[in-house]
Amino acid sequence: MKIVKKIILVLLVAFVGIQFIPTEHNQSAIVPVTDFMLVNKVPNNIKSKLQVSCYDCHSNNTNYPWYNKMQPVAWFLEDHIKEGKAELNFSKWDSLSDRRKASKLSSIIKQIESDEMPLSSYTLIHKEARFSEEEKEEILNWVKQLKDSITN
Amino acid sequence: MKNLKVITGILAMTFLTLIAMSCKDAKKEQNNDEGHKTEMNHDNSDGHHDSDKKEMAMTSNQDGNAEMILKDYFNLKDALVADDETKAKEFGAVLKKSLENLDVSKYTEEQQTELKEIVEDAIEHAEHISESPMAHQREHFKVLSKDVTDMVAITGTANTLYEQFCPMYDKGSAWLSKNEEVRNPYYGSEMLKCGKVQKEIN
Repeated sequence: MKIVKKIILVLLVAFVGIQFIPTEHNQSAIVPVTDFMLVNKVPNNIKSKLQVSCYDCHSNNTNYPWYNKMQPVAWFLEDHIKEGKAELNFSKWDSLSDRRKASKLSSIIKQIESDEMPLSSYTLIHKEARFSEEEKEEILNWVKQLKDSITN
Repeated sequence: MKNLKVITGILAMTFLTLIAMSCKDAKKEQNNDEGHKTEMNHDNSDGHHDSDKKEMAMTSNQDGNAEMILKDYFNLKDALVADDETKAKEFGAVLKKSLENLDVSKYTEEQQTELKEIVEDAIEHAEHISESPMAHQREHFKVLSKDVTDMVAITGTANTLYEQFCPMYDKGSAWLSKNEEVRNPYYGSEMLKCGKVQKEIN
């Protein structure tokens, strides 16, 4: 019994301790003029879907649920967001050349088509971020259109 | 005694957490260092070249840059033809380096802008190829091939190249080859000879 108590105490202290280690918060009050939604005419249904399913990791503004402010979840998330933004940042969309936009759109199409995005570890918690088959098709069609309009 | 143990435990935990954290940082730094080192080496070898034959090396170096990219691109293509994921990763990384070294200064301003855009895009694809499984490598190779083709349209090349086309992969995909004979990098052994020569360059 004593040992169990000690272990619990140690874990508790460690848990409290790591809460004080700071993480970067991916939140910004302004939507930059380069934002994907501002430079493209995005239909409302697609807009809300992209916002819910992609923007948490692929923009300068993450919508954090309460448990994501806690360690060690926050660390895990911080890494994910960093990686996600390095790959694609919708907030900086318009700073890309047309060539790179087309390139990114190709990758977006591939990732959604093959169900690699949104990440399953993300949709496990964010059920609303999942694409139904119809939503998937709707988004893919729209993104393909956008890509054609850039390449032609 | 009891307290001592608890305190030691807590200290150990804190210590471990700190180590875990610092490990993460150290890893990043190491990566950066490596990147630097290889770049440095590259610079050195270039510098060495220059000192050997100053003017000659200058011009041939500049031309050599685009040729170097092509050479690495073909190595990468051959690795994909051979279904060799590991080699493709290696050549992806090598290609990334040679892309970064492309000297655009001798081109017109307009060409420079376009070359920079091409290279920026191509670097990203080469990087992805260097760290992805084969299926992804091939996806990125498609866009990379377009970038390299557009680059050649500006820089030109000493050799005759063949733009080849496979109508099956991803609604039709092209690539460049030094040989007229078709060897398909998108399917490899699965459909080695699928495709045709679409265009002759030079």
